[in-house]
Order: sequence, then C-alpha cells, then structure tokens
Amino acid sequence: MTVEADKCVAAGQCVLITPEVFDQREEDGLVVLLDETPAPGTYDAVRESAAVCPAAAIHLVES
Amino acid sequence: MNRIVIVGGSAGGLATAEGLRRAGYAGVITLVGQEPHPPYDRPPLSKQILTGQWGPDRLTLRGKEELHSLSLDLRLGVPAIGLDLSGGSVALADGAEVPYDALVIATGVRPRHLPGSEVVPGVHTLRTLDDAVSLKARLLPGRRLVIVGAGFVGAEVAAVATGLGVKVTLLEAGPLPLAQALGEQAGHVLAEIHRGHGVDLRTHAAVAEIVSAGGAVTGVRLADDTVLPADDVLVAIGSVPNTEWLGGSGLSAGDGLVCDEFSAAAPSVYGVGDVARWHNPLFDTAMRIEHRTNAAEQGLAVAHNLLHPQARRPFAPVPYFWSDQYGMKIQAYGHLRDHDEARILESNLAERRLLIAYRTGDRVAGVLAVGMSPKILRAWRALIAARTPWATAITDTTAA
Repeated sequence: MTVEADKCVAAGQCVLITPEVFDQREEDGLVVLLDETPAPGTYDAVRESAAVCPAAAIHLVES
Repeated sequence: MNRIVIVGGSAGGLATAEGLRRAGYAGVITLVGQEPHPPYDRPPLSKQILTGQWGPDRLTLRGKEELHSLSLDLRLGVPAIGLDLSGGSVALADGAEVPYDALVIATGVRPRHLPGSEVVPGVHTLRTLDDAVSLKARLLPGRRLVIVGAGFVGAEVAAVATGLGVKVTLLEAGPLPLAQALGEQAGHVLAEIHRGHGVDLRTHAAVAEIVSAGGAVTGVRLADDTVLPADDVLVAIGSVPNTEWLGGSGLSAGDGLVCDEFSAAAPSVYGVGDVARWHNPLFDTAMRIEHRTNAAEQGLAVAHNLLHPQARRPFAPVPYFWSDQYGMKIQAYGHLRDHDEARILESNLAERRLLIAYRTGDRVAGVLAVGMSPKILRAWRALIAARTPWATAITDTTAA
C-alpha cells in the first residue's frame, strides 16, 4: 500500500476508520502511513479508508 | 437483484459502485455520466487546477485498471433524461432505455447562473473540469476578475486568482461572506483575510446585470448603478440540484431529491451526494450536503443498504468539509447551518489559528477550525457524534 502525501487534503477520514494503519502529522494533518503491509484483520477497514479518501490518495496493491 | 443503475459518474456514483463490488455484488452495474470524462475529483478544480500546480490528469479518481476491475457498464457523455419508476427503467439522451432492479441517483448539482449571462464570452461558472481549464487560461497577471458570490467557490477562486496577480473584486450580497453557513464570527474573519490579501471585497452588493460589448463581457453593473469593469466574471452564486430529469416520475424533488434516513427515495431507489436531501438522524434534520467526503460516505452507505434490505443502516454521518484559501486550510465537522450560537474559542490570525464551536439547542453541533492539530479536531468530531451537551463540550475542551 502507498499513500500520496502531496494529494492528501488532511481530512483524516482514514484515521477515523483505521487508526492502527493511518495517522496524521501533528503540524498540518497530512497522512502518515504507519503500516505499509497491514494485518489481514484490517483489510476491510483499509479498503474503506481508500474508498472514502476525498483525495484518492490511498493506493492498495492486493495480491 | 441483478441490474443496478447508478446515474451520476462522479465521486458519489463511483463510491457506490465500489461499495457494491467490495461487498460481493456480481450483477450488472450501469454507471451513467453526463460528462465525457471518467470519474474525476472536483475539489482541486478551484485549487490546484487553477493555480496550475496540477494538470487535469491528476484528477482521475481511479486508474484505468482499477476502473476496469469494477466491470462497469459505463455510459459516459450521456445524460439521463427520464425515469419510469413503475416500469423500472431510465431513459438516456442517446435513446437507450436502461432497465434496473435498483436505482441510485447521484446526478449532483450544477452552478446557478445569472439570467441571460450564460452565453456571454468571459462569463464563467466553475463546476466541471472543462470550466476550470477555460477559467485557468484567463487568470493572467493584471487582468480584472469580478467574482459574483463569496461562498466557498468564490472565495477559493479569489485566493488563487489574487495569488496569480489578477485584480479581484469579490461581491457578496449579504453583510459578510459565508455568514449564513458559518455564522457572523467566521464571516468577519474571512472578510478580513480577503481584504488583507488585496481582494476588493464588496458586501451588500446586489448585481443588476452583466455588461457586455462586442460579444464579450466588460463588467458588472450593481443595483446602485456602479459598474465594475471586468475582463472576466465568475458567477459563483450557488448550485441547483440536477433533478429535472426526474420530473413526472413520482419522486419528490424540491431542493434536492427527497430521501429518508436510509437515503432511500422510493423502494429500491436511493440518492447519493450533492443531489440528495436526506434525513440525518444524528441531527434529526433533513440536509443536502455539497461536500466531497459526504458523496463517498453516502455512496458506501447506500451500497450497504441496497445489498442488505433486511439490515439497512440509517445514514447518520458527522458531515465534514475543508476549504483552502490563501494557504490556510479551513476545516469543519458537523452541521453548522441553522446554529443558535457560534462561539470563538480561539482566534489568532497572525498565527493562522481559529476555532469556533457551534451550538444548536443545548448540544454541540459543529466546529470550524484553522491551524488546529488533528487530535483536537478529532476530539471535537467525537463530541459532535456523541450529541454532547454544549456545556460539557465547552468545559471538556477548554479545561485541558
């Protein structure tokens, strides 16, 4: 999984849905990816985070 | 259920389609879009596209492969023109009749025009990629832009255009920009910021007509007969829901498609995004939200409700929006409109910090912030989601 920080609009939707995988920088709220290969138990939440991201900044690679 | 038609090829329609596929729906999804472009993102139109930081290719919401993997029956560049509710089919402008088992209406909004100015060269509205590209080409240093309407679109364009060296006059019909939506306090702050950046903000400005000569716009005449000379005029006076194609269908559409708390407008017919006026049980009121995150959230919620008719969930979000102006990010959670009180908790423009809380009845209904940490914003969001009493919210957040 990758995130495009320069597209991120700091809405924080991803953090609300999957706080174990995403965080926000304190100074400007931009996305911080905590885990590039999240645990299978988080897959549904990560997919939802990608789907609702208002900047389409979260990209999933699913094998 | 094997045929779902989604009318609307933007963020809301796309989110619905993705939600359906992710939940395992394997039937036909027809996605109808009025514009010829595959689903693209609109918020950057008044931001990165106008500044020139991004080219149009960066707006694409999903890559070709991602879009292909959704296996959509994609009908782009074809508006829907009619709905046969009892027969279960949608009529398209190319003559096609598309039958459905379930229908999602996500046709969005279009800009409101000043009557008679639609076809005058140099008069713009801003909703589509094509709008943004043509406006961008005109924003050159030294040119004069008059913006009619100091709402979010007008304010964002004013900020970008000023930054590009354009001489901007911003007209607001009311006493303050965005005061109806955000309250007087926020309106004062926004007015100060516009003026601080050299924008000629004129409030109580009633537009009489667009003035043109030789087939191009030359200015804007106000009700007091003042003529403001202009090379370009942007009309940003709000939006109109695209519901005309539903006329005579039996669906109720006044200011938006009327939906219940499940976002349903009729059995197996749902509304998503800017076009939908649904009952949000969290605030116990009907609302229609023209903000980006709502379109995606509502699309996912509707996908769930379509596939689980026995276990539908009310759509009860804490609305969120952001607006980028002059390098500031304004963010808000909740239902700010119709508030009873807006209280400034912090205001320091030099440091670009602002925090305003909104009370409706005896509960905290919203928050507007600039320069606040994400943790603080999320704490406010949680208070709003929990219907926290106003006194508790103010005490809890100011005690720390």
